[in-house]
Amino acid sequence: MKFGVVVFPGTWSDKDCFYVIDQVLHQPVEYIWHKDTNLTGFDCIILPGGFSYGDYLRCGAIAKFSPVMKSVEAFANAGGLVYGICNGFQILCESGLLPGVLIRNDHLQFRCEWTNLRIENSDSPFTSKAETGQVISVPISHGEGNYFADGATLDEIEKNDQVIFRYSSPEGCIDMDNNPNGSLNNIAGITNREGNVLGMMPHPERCCDPLLGSTDGEVIFRSISDTLSMRSS
Amino acid sequence: MFDKQVLDELALSEPEYGMIVDRLGREPNHLELGLFGSLWSEHCGYKHSKPLLKMFTSDSPRLLVNPGDENAGVVDIGEGLAIVFKVESHNHPSAIEPYEGAATGVGGIVRDIFAMGARPIALLNSLRFGSVNKPHNRYLFDGVVSGISGYGNCIGVPNVGGEIVFAESYSGNPLVNAMCIGILRQEDMTRATTGGEGNLLVLVGSGTGRDGIHGASGLASRTFDDDRELRPTVQVGNPFLEKVLIEACLEAASSGKLVGLQDLGAAGLTSAAVECAANGNAGIQLYIDKVPRRDAGMEPYEVMLSETQERMLLTVTPENLDFIRGIFDKWDVACNVIGRTTNTLRTEIFEEGILKGDLPVDVLTDPPLYEIDGIRPGYMDELHSFDWDSIDIPAEGPSETLLKILASPNISSKHPVFRQYDHQVQTNTVISPGNDASLIRIKGTTKGLAASTDGNGRLCYLNPYVGGIIAVAEACRNVSCTGADPIALTNCLNFGNPEKPEIYYQLQNCVQGMAHASEVFGSPVISGNVSLYNETRDQAIYPTPVIGAVGLTENVDKNCDIAFKNEGDVVFLLGADSFQEPISSLSGSEYLEVIHGKVAGNPSIDLELELKVQKSCRSLIGAGLLSSAHDCSDGGLVVALAESCISGGLGFMGSLPNIERWDVALFGERQSRIVLSLNPENLEEFNLICSVNEVPSIQIGTVHAGSFKIEGLVDINMRKISDTWKNALEPSTV
Repeated sequence: MKFGVVVFPGTWSDKDCFYVIDQVLHQPVEYIWHKDTNLTGFDCIILPGGFSYGDYLRCGAIAKFSPVMKSVEAFANAGGLVYGICNGFQILCESGLLPGVLIRNDHLQFRCEWTNLRIENSDSPFTSKAETGQVISVPISHGEGNYFADGATLDEIEKNDQVIFRYSSPEGCIDMDNNPNGSLNNIAGITNREGNVLGMMPHPERCCDPLLGSTDGEVIFRSISDTLSMRSS
Repeated sequence: MFDKQVLDELALSEPEYGMIVDRLGREPNHLELGLFGSLWSEHCGYKHSKPLLKMFTSDSPRLLVNPGDENAGVVDIGEGLAIVFKVESHNHPSAIEPYEGAATGVGGIVRDIFAMGARPIALLNSLRFGSVNKPHNRYLFDGVVSGISGYGNCIGVPNVGGEIVFAESYSGNPLVNAMCIGILRQEDMTRATTGGEGNLLVLVGSGTGRDGIHGASGLASRTFDDDRELRPTVQVGNPFLEKVLIEACLEAASSGKLVGLQDLGAAGLTSAAVECAANGNAGIQLYIDKVPRRDAGMEPYEVMLSETQERMLLTVTPENLDFIRGIFDKWDVACNVIGRTTNTLRTEIFEEGILKGDLPVDVLTDPPLYEIDGIRPGYMDELHSFDWDSIDIPAEGPSETLLKILASPNISSKHPVFRQYDHQVQTNTVISPGNDASLIRIKGTTKGLAASTDGNGRLCYLNPYVGGIIAVAEACRNVSCTGADPIALTNCLNFGNPEKPEIYYQLQNCVQGMAHASEVFGSPVISGNVSLYNETRDQAIYPTPVIGAVGLTENVDKNCDIAFKNEGDVVFLLGADSFQEPISSLSGSEYLEVIHGKVAGNPSIDLELELKVQKSCRSLIGAGLLSSAHDCSDGGLVVALAESCISGGLGFMGSLPNIERWDVALFGERQSRIVLSLNPENLEEFNLICSVNEVPSIQIGTVHAGSFKIEGLVDINMRKISDTWKNALEPSTV
């Protein structure tokens, strides 16, 4: 199995994601420059966090035109696992690989803090090693993480169990007190209809080490590698 | 001869003009005069501070490069690694345009660090504002915080800490000091030099615009006495370009194919090119028409003095040009040859082949230095002989007094600010903002770096010499509270107009105090910055040296933060053998100002005790004996206890026997004290380490759940304490 971590100009979680796959999962991983278009040999493509192109127009709106994104789309359509974290989630929404959009946090400020995420669906390649209803503690770091979609789209992603993570209390309670940015239905992460493309605002790569205060993020990366091992066997 | 108005605009005096004419043997033209105005400004030339800065020793076996030789000293941390760090002010721009002023302050200090080939791994900020209840101060505060957040978060460098203090003396003249730490493999270090003859000068990054002209001479080197519109002298930042520049420059630095690398900061191309030439002992020719512009019709004068952000100057040999250009092409960053080095020792500026300016490098970089006879300010004696009997013990009692102090903007939680900064990116942050110091690990090693900024304007106002010592002691104490050994310091000197003898006295004495403490701690000052003329309508700020201390631990797993961890842990005060403190420990305290509206007294410190306390604290943490350690400083003992409780979500029960005045015992701010908690099973070893180090300690109580009790004095529900402390700075409306 081989992971690829895409680097756009302005990406900054690339090294953090690379480190987790290399040093925690001990799996092969390579960087993919945004001008590269050949994704042959990769099994999971990660679009990491950052401010691609400064997010100057709209988060992810310029990155979607990077040459690599056409290949990512083809890779996803062929069933490959694509995982967008933070800015990666924004890019996936802008590219149309995921439904909805991320708008400015409702309080208009950037937030970097720990949040609790309730896992809504463990029947996903990204959460297969977790339990539905399990709560994990994962930090956010964004100014525009407020998930929005029109009513019909929202109904559809709910109906299809595409919501994978919701912001919650430590006990798993979903309410506005535990919503850090105003996201509809407390949505923190969703997949596409087919389930092979995941986007989430929180940063699981920041909590895979006891020294940093939590290892709760590991379950996502381990689910991916588990899925990939099963696919290849 | 230029008229006085032109000289004023450049902050040059008539005698200085005379000196320029003498040394050139002719009158300078307008362009040449502009170069002098910038390079002879306080900001670039350190006219009033250089003689004082010589007091800082830079004597440490860890120093690979001495501070005077480069942008900053380089500190060996073993295993082929080194760190560089520096703090720099952006006070004046932030007073005029808080968002961009603060944002470009962050950008500037980050460029200083990667100019040395070091990857920026942490940011800190030391901020001062006037009373937060006044709308204009709130506007400045919110603008500065969002500027730091907007810029810092975009470039992927964690903002791990700092401090924020409010005092009326900063009303209208906020202090925005940004610090950056970088790490490098020793062989990747780059220097700010042009090398010798025949090299190419390459400008990379942003196109040059008209922004920030006269920033160094006009903004940073004089006071705000008139209301002229100064907004055009503040630059606008582009953090995305900065992030890309970091990556491209570090790739170039690690290729080993750069002769020199320098950032364009104050005085833009002028200071970058001329300083590199001076360091390389070379001359330079600049072809001003080759500099890419954002604006049409710019004069050479404007191009030379523009402070457009996100630009770097590289020196490369002709044969390496294509290789280096390839790196910048890959990152889509503009890269243009704008000059070359010569053996003439002159700065020659050409436009379209015509020589527009021609000045000797050594004259440009040799401004006059001024030593002023400082005069001890008259207020000091009066405040030192303060009548302590006039301070009544508050009738409202200790619990109410504590709640008032916890709600004061200086003491209350800064979480509403820190949560706007990404403090975790790069996944190294072990101890987060909100502690005494922050701690980051170094991947691939077992090492960690702790960092803290500290400065107490009130204490330096009362006693500049002792205040300077305390600033160093406290920054080092903060670092020691994480378990790390403070190995080096940086500083930013924020003062009023040094041409006034009383202000010069403050500056001189603060520096003396800092230099003395730095020597005692064996922690060299590796870099620094000076921000003078911090005055509004003739009112100077408190003398505010800000110290940045960086500590090294060889075993980052053995660390400590301020939070109480376990019910039943015993709580000790290290550095004291009783709770009876002299009333003078209220000097310059938060209690005296918040409750009694007074800033008075004469602070003191026993450096010998300080050293022992810090050493023991590090030994105790290294031996794994402690659950928490928290510097006892602003607000005194009871505030330190309350913060450890809030941070850990626990309470406290204890007593302070044999005291005379409860206000002194609870709120006195005697230095050299640390609140510790530990498992009772570790007591024997704890006592042993304290006695080996000859450090006094005394038990205060134990960690409990639910409430905060000090026998006969304080009894408050933890929820109330916590809410009071957490909500005082909310809402931070940005």
